[in-house]
Amino acid sequence: MDQTTLVARLEAVVGPTGVFHRPADLLVYEYDGSVDGAVDTARPAAVVLPTSAEQVAAVVRIANEAELPVVARGAGTGLSGGAVAQRGGIIVSLSRMDRILDVDRDDRTALVEPGVINLELSEHTLPGGHFFAPDPSSQKACTIGGNVAENAGGPHCLKYGVTTNHVLGLEVVLPDGRIVWLGGRAAHTPGYDLTAALVGSEGMLGIVTKALVRLTPAPEATLVLLAAFGDIDGASQAVSSVIAAGVLPAALEMMDALTIQAVEPAYHAGYPLDAGAVLLIELDGATDEVRETGEEVAALCAAAGATAVRAATAKAERDLLWKGRKMALAAMGRLAPNYYLHDTVVPRSKLPITLRRVGEVAREFDIPIANVFHAGDGNLHPLMLFDRRERGAVERVLAASNELLHFCVSPEIGGALSGEHGIGTEKRDHITLVYTADDLAAMAGVKNAFDPRLTFNPEKLFPKGYMCGEVRALRAQALAQKHGIYAF
Amino acid sequence: MAVAVEADLVQIGGLRGYGGDDQPDPDLLRACVHCGMCLPSCPTYRLTGQEMSSPRGRLWMMKAVGDGRLDLLDPAFDEQMYQCLNCRACEAVCPSGVHYGPLVEAARQQLETHRPRPLPQRVARRVGIAWLFRDARRMRAAVAALRFYQRSGLAAVVRRAGIPRRLGLADLEAMMPPVSRRALVPGEERWVPAHPERSVALFNTCMMGTVFADTNRAAARVLAHNGSAVDVPVGQQCCGALAVHAGMMDEARDLARTNIDAFEASGDDHVVVTAAGCGAALKEYGHLLKDDPAYAGRAERFSARVRDVSEELGAVGGGLVPPTRPVRRRVTYQEPCHLAHAQRITIQPRMLLAAIPGLELVEMRESSLCCGSAGIYNLIRRAMADELGDRKAGNALATGAETVVTANPGCAMQLRTSIRRAGGGADVRHVVDLLDEAYGGEAAGRAGSWACDRARTKSDAVPAAAD
Ligand SMILES: Cc1cc2nc3c(=O)[nH]c(=O)nc-3n(C[C@H](O)[C@H](O)[C@H](O)COP(=O)(O)OP(=O)(O)OC[C@H]3O[C@@H](n4cnc5c(N)ncnc54)[C@H](O)[C@@H]3O)c2cc1C
Ligand code: SF4
Ligand code: SF4
Repeated sequence: MDQTTLVARLEAVVGPTGVFHRPADLLVYEYDGSVDGAVDTARPAAVVLPTSAEQVAAVVRIANEAELPVVARGAGTGLSGGAVAQRGGIIVSLSRMDRILDVDRDDRTALVEPGVINLELSEHTLPGGHFFAPDPSSQKACTIGGNVAENAGGPHCLKYGVTTNHVLGLEVVLPDGRIVWLGGRAAHTPGYDLTAALVGSEGMLGIVTKALVRLTPAPEATLVLLAAFGDIDGASQAVSSVIAAGVLPAALEMMDALTIQAVEPAYHAGYPLDAGAVLLIELDGATDEVRETGEEVAALCAAAGATAVRAATAKAERDLLWKGRKMALAAMGRLAPNYYLHDTVVPRSKLPITLRRVGEVAREFDIPIANVFHAGDGNLHPLMLFDRRERGAVERVLAASNELLHFCVSPEIGGALSGEHGIGTEKRDHITLVYTADDLAAMAGVKNAFDPRLTFNPEKLFPKGYMCGEVRALRAQALAQKHGIYAF
Repeated sequence: MAVAVEADLVQIGGLRGYGGDDQPDPDLLRACVHCGMCLPSCPTYRLTGQEMSSPRGRLWMMKAVGDGRLDLLDPAFDEQMYQCLNCRACEAVCPSGVHYGPLVEAARQQLETHRPRPLPQRVARRVGIAWLFRDARRMRAAVAALRFYQRSGLAAVVRRAGIPRRLGLADLEAMMPPVSRRALVPGEERWVPAHPERSVALFNTCMMGTVFADTNRAAARVLAHNGSAVDVPVGQQCCGALAVHAGMMDEARDLARTNIDAFEASGDDHVVVTAAGCGAALKEYGHLLKDDPAYAGRAERFSARVRDVSEELGAVGGGLVPPTRPVRRRVTYQEPCHLAHAQRITIQPRMLLAAIPGLELVEMRESSLCCGSAGIYNLIRRAMADELGDRKAGNALATGAETVVTANPGCAMQLRTSIRRAGGGADVRHVVDLLDEAYGGEAAGRAGSWACDRARTKSDAVPAAAD
């Protein structure tokens, strides 16, 4: 199908204001939130902004006829290149499907379109006493569709669980253009849990067009403690003792000195500039219980060597403390023009040794590394700061990052590659560090069941060349069947 | 790759890039890490959901032109640089501190220098932006004519004949609120409290000194009530904001120099501004004149003296003199972009309103989303401005407010039109209008809390207002 026909066909579905194809317009769809250098930019052939599931399905069918890949896009805040059209094709941007369709207080559920912004769902439901628990730091901008596709986490997932724990059902457009409902309101649905398969599938199995999500009742009381330490070791020690004492904070986050330097001048959140590290610990629940646990946690921090502990209960004060933390990543532009970050998860008991290794790597490779992360579940985000115009900087960063990745996933540490940002193109070549060939083949089997023609978000997750090699046989078989191999 | 310099325009590989002065600063551009956190705050992105209409998309395009990947004169680039409202909401929320305003202004300056414009547009810009605003007397005369038009019955006749519509001026005509009876002429009026604690210089501004002259007087009274002697220095002109937004930097710099000269006589006194858009522009003179050796330092010092009226009143020593007359009204507050985003002033206006007895402040949804006014945007980008205006009117009216309070003339006019179009009856006032009412207005002067001195120099006088 030539470009003119393609555009005309797409316009017939979504109208002329819903299709972009001029080179200058496509230019701004060549990136997402991921880091310069780590993910290549790539331009799609066209961008479509549908307003209904039926339109999405029609666009997918046109793409199939034209034999073009289809890449879903939410707000484009992803950090692993997920929304970049690596092999061109059609980007389906869900930003115009942004309605909250229904809030059911009795069932504690909300039915939303995929383009709804994470924070706006919570703001919408909070006056009635509910919120949407997964709270990625990007929640002000990222979409529910993107959260589902990346199985996003956030500070409060320590207590409340990640996105997959909050998705009850999904309306999905499959790669052949059919619209199906997976899961639903009932607590248990018989058969395969295909909702769970879609969560975290990085736009490779289907395009979410509606999501039925769980709402969480807002706690009676909330307390945020800010504990300052002379060094990272002390802070890690405090994390271990809080967890060992059986306390389950709503969130437990760590920031090191370099991060504080980026954030404090911007937000005046009140992080002490002379601290080696700070912990943000949020406790929530019944008022008395929160007060008692707060005292206990403050004592544990002091015992671990905290130089100061501050408590905030008023909402404005708590919000300010969190604002600094949530904006930390995006504030790195104040320290250096480029950053590269990891998303590895290590067992909590290995935090101190891992952080020490991060410090060594920073010195060995001469790269400033800022640490800001979900300490409570051991999800690290070491941020390497650099200026890509400086000769050799990119190479040094990549070498250092390789070193760190290998360390985290080594048998000694036993960590995982990605906590919440997904694999995308960015970490696809590292996936073999954590999965065996059989693990990968099982995953490829799922991919193949949903998308035998491999048109949805190609060049993601699986290592370079993998899908065309290993799955070629299956693909041939599927092509022969022409209309897919779905059995449901 | 061939690099040729032709007519001041750098060409790389056949694409035209930036050339000459006022290029978007590559270091400022590089601060953007394309995280996307600014997207939901951007009004044009909110309405369209499209990446090119987002701050991140526009910054990416600016960078692409600099890198020789996009032609400066590509229509898509032009479209986006001008679809932007320059409301600076993105700047206020950007975690990396990207200084968006100066970047889009430089990009527009590049377009203005290098792009051929059709003749009628060129004439309109020269007359509308450069000529009319160059001299405050012209503006006062134009507004006096407008008042005559509104009140003489001529307006009704002309409207019935459909003339404004035929001339394409219907929007402008509908937006105009009733014009104040007398323009405020620099040097002619002065407000002195019984025991002055400080003196301040009032910036008159094109709209506030004419259409809204009574609001500027209200501001002066409120300042005097709080211990400031208020002068309106002669020789001051338009702040130049419209020129800056339209990419006419040289015109803007001319005006800036004139204003700096005019205000230097008043020493270190704060320069108090009642129009958020002008205040933001005045605070950026330092940046505007940074390459002018004769003025760079003076511009910095001038900018440091500038205060929005709510900022000035929020910081008076010993606290605000408590207003005593109840203003029994439910109001909602619309944040002018150039106050909330460009100057980051959000708390003071609300504090001032909260100080008024009897007044009930109800917050509206999206109070900091642009109302669509944005300088002359509502005249040149009608559809998008209307959509934003409707959204704003809906949010404002949903609070049940009888009065919508704002702090910028452009917003006031846009709100007025939008509320009318939505069939609402709420009126639109400036923060100081209500505060003045709570202090007793002009009557308080007669009671002796301050004195207004009208026998001033006539050096800057206008032809008498037509009535
Ligand atoms: C400053 C910053 C902080 C961040 N902090 C966190 C954090 O704390 N925790 C965390 O988990 N992530 C974080 N992220 C990463 C990112 O915000 C999340 O992955 C988020 O879920 C992406 O949502 P999005 O709408 O931007 O999706 P996009 O970036 O547009 O897309 C991401 C992936 O989802 C797919 N996708 C999007 N919409 C759909 C749909 N409707 N159906 C199917 N597939 C779809 C895309 O194809 C792509 O593969 C952060 C990012 C930034 C920039
Ligand atoms: S302007 Fe700021 S908030 Fe917007 S994408 Fe760039 S860095 Fe992020
Ligand atoms: S100035 Fe306003 S309209 Fe322009 S990009 Fe920023 S937020 Fe959007």
